[in-house]
Amino acid sequence: MLLSIRDLKVVFRLGERGAVTLVPAVNGVSFDIPEHTTVALVGESGSGKSVTAMSILNLLPDNAQRSGVVEYEGRDLLRASLPELQMLRGREIACVFQDPMSSLNPVFTVGQQLAEPLRRHMSMSKRAAIERAEALMAEVGIPEPKRRLASYPHELSGGQQQRVMIAMALACEPKLLIADEPTTALDVTIQRQILELIAGLQERHRMSVLFISHDLGVVGEIADHVVVMRQGVVREQGPVARIFQSPLDAYTKALLACRPSLANTGARLPVIDDHIEGKVPTRQAKPKDPSAPVLLQVRSLAKSFFLRDGLFGKREFKAVHGVNFDLRRGHTLGVVGESGSGKTTMGLTLLRLHEPTAGQVLFDGRDLLTLSDHERQTMRRRIQIVFQNPYASLNPRFTIGQTLIEPMTIHGIGADQDERERRARALLAQVGLDESAFGKYPHEFSGGQRQRIAIARCLTLEPEVLVLDEAVSALDVSVQAQVLNLLKDLQDDLGLAYVFISHDLAVVRFLSDEVLVMKDGEVVEQASAQQILAAPTQEYTRRLLGAIPRGYQGAM
Amino acid sequence: MSANAGAIAVPHLSAVARSEGVWRAAWRRYRGDRVGMVSLAIVLAFLLLILLSATGVVASGWQREVGVAYAPPSFVGPAPPEAIGAIETPKGPNVDLSAVDPLAPRYAEWAERAKQFATAEVKKADTLPFGGDRLGRDVMAKAIKGTEISVFVGVLAALVATTLGTLLGAIGGFFGGKAGDLLEWVYNVFESIPGILLIFAFAAVFGRGIGTVVLILGFTGWTGLYRQVRAEFMKHRSREYVRAAEAIGASLGSRMFRHILPNISHVILVRMGLLVVGFIKAEVILSYLGLGVPVDQVSWGTMLAEAQSELILGHWWQLTAATVMMCLFVTAFSLMADAWRDALDPKLRGVAE
Repeated sequence: MLLSIRDLKVVFRLGERGAVTLVPAVNGVSFDIPEHTTVALVGESGSGKSVTAMSILNLLPDNAQRSGVVEYEGRDLLRASLPELQMLRGREIACVFQDPMSSLNPVFTVGQQLAEPLRRHMSMSKRAAIERAEALMAEVGIPEPKRRLASYPHELSGGQQQRVMIAMALACEPKLLIADEPTTALDVTIQRQILELIAGLQERHRMSVLFISHDLGVVGEIADHVVVMRQGVVREQGPVARIFQSPLDAYTKALLACRPSLANTGARLPVIDDHIEGKVPTRQAKPKDPSAPVLLQVRSLAKSFFLRDGLFGKREFKAVHGVNFDLRRGHTLGVVGESGSGKTTMGLTLLRLHEPTAGQVLFDGRDLLTLSDHERQTMRRRIQIVFQNPYASLNPRFTIGQTLIEPMTIHGIGADQDERERRARALLAQVGLDESAFGKYPHEFSGGQRQRIAIARCLTLEPEVLVLDEAVSALDVSVQAQVLNLLKDLQDDLGLAYVFISHDLAVVRFLSDEVLVMKDGEVVEQASAQQILAAPTQEYTRRLLGAIPRGYQGAM
Repeated sequence: MSANAGAIAVPHLSAVARSEGVWRAAWRRYRGDRVGMVSLAIVLAFLLLILLSATGVVASGWQREVGVAYAPPSFVGPAPPEAIGAIETPKGPNVDLSAVDPLAPRYAEWAERAKQFATAEVKKADTLPFGGDRLGRDVMAKAIKGTEISVFVGVLAALVATTLGTLLGAIGGFFGGKAGDLLEWVYNVFESIPGILLIFAFAAVFGRGIGTVVLILGFTGWTGLYRQVRAEFMKHRSREYVRAAEAIGASLGSRMFRHILPNISHVILVRMGLLVVGFIKAEVILSYLGLGVPVDQVSWGTMLAEAQSELILGHWWQLTAATVMMCLFVTAFSLMADAWRDALDPKLRGVAE
């Protein structure tokens, strides 16, 4: 056994000076990591999976108290001194974190950052360290490694940054690699590449990997052994095939069911609580009316940014060009593409949060782009947007009530403050939050709840079109399922039309009637959802399809 | 779920317990900071003192000459009688001067007239509790009256500078482009002139008086705050919550001052606290140089200016009184500003020491 965790408990001391409260994060977790295997820790955010992993090397903040046994090659790491741990960190046990952007130091080149652990732990000469760094870069699949050594982190894409992080972790040939949600911040296509890279490296270096994720679909592809955690305790653990084929725990079953897959065309996704209680989502999808009136017509929409080039020169960067589509009432248009494909810019341009460079946006037959400011204000009501990051899109200094009442006050909806307040409360109920949310501040809510509030804010204006810009991408799969169901309910009840922007085809598939595939600012493929799945004509679309995590393959 | 928005009707409007507001939470955190609470108490005590002196309850008679010139503090004891030197007393017999004194016949008449008035001999104290100045005025009373002027100038000037800096910073940061460039030019002009020179230039133009000092300090001190507010606005204007506000149709002014401003208020508050401290010191320098408050008023600066010549004669008490008051207030105020920053900064929330 390489690492064995026995009855690990972690408690955080929280609160102000004086009144300290103890908040348990991990409650008696036990599992083993054998040599040369990949163990996956799966759970929603707040389940204690990251805390468990970080307590192995004591990378937790100072206010954490650990108890139990973490045995690494016969030594108890909980009782090891700091110098002993520092000998292990990076050398025998290495870590890769979720956000490569903030894990790399922006003022040093990639080469310098790669060479540092080599010189410190392996006492290599400078020249040897640089050579080794180059070899590592080649190993993690970065093209032109020699040239890239001199690049700064911001010059690399997100996927390449994550590769550099992995190269850094591999530098000293660790026996255990801890990967904490290494692909969550990345697009599905990049996620696939990184997963393959980690699997290949694990094989070649004969190391063990502790892979942490909230997505069972991802885990199934890479792990040998799965540990499912919830609320600080292990719900179930076992070999990956067993977990996927015959899960014993209700929670594991629910996790497996709630990810939208390409095969699943049901009307609603099962959510965790329903599943545990044994309820099946019964609500059926309302059939779409193919002759519904066209609400939004977009014709050759284009948006360019002008970058300064030299002293006086300007360079045009075409973020979006040549986008055409029709959107009918009650229908959903899915927009898929990797990051940088211009899909978000397209969404913002529809609302004129970006001024378009050319093209027409006809809303109910009127061109949104040529309206006067006053007319635009009334049009604003009818087309609304939900942003990707629920943590950033709500004003932290407004209560939920203020957040919801403000748009109604601006547009004069509702006769007086009392009526607006009543409507706000009713909307909160409609998006599945209870009354007490009204007086609270955004920081008191989880990501999924905040996204519901953001949706409720849009609904206050009784819009006809909602632009959903990666609205579920930052959420855990289980929460994502709830929000997707909510969106479906609202569409059926209120006849909303959606422009649904996402990098994940499986999610887009679940919601959309028509799909636009975007690449480098252009629409490369445009067809109905069934058609895109059944017969993609473009190589790029096929790649997006292939990148969707499928879970444990043997199970299929 | 109701079918459409029009049918929404929830009749009961129950009072929902509101959550702890941001300001209340900040105050709760502030209360846990012992240094912050002590400094807050000191600052409040000073404010009370200022209130009392402004309403004339204390130190209203600071201009009365209650002691002998340069009366030493009581705990030091009276100054030793000065050796008057040895003028030799004449030894010869008394001479009748009435023969040569032309006024001699009128002495009796004057003595008669003088009897009509009671002469109250003011007994000038040999010592005062904290010492006296050149005219025998109590330095404690002067220091208290000086506190009123100095703090008033500092706080008011900080308000002027903060308003100016916030407004310009908000415009420069939020709009950028041409307006931002213009403000940057103004800022650069102000920054390129040495601060003290700029203050002199303004002082020469405006003439003397407390109002002038406030304006001078306000007009020269806004630049640092402007830069910081501008940076914060640039950061926040592209945040998603501001975008979301734009999407629901919030006006420019509402986005700038209703949405963004409360989110950067901690920056402004702390900066303002530092400005108060800086301006109190600047007022002292201005008054010391003779450009500050007029002669019939007293501030810590004028006290220090007087103390310069007194020190040569060994009269240290005026310097001490002004310095101690200033140190106490300025230190307490800085510590308080520091504690407020910790309490208001959302990033430092809730971690045990």
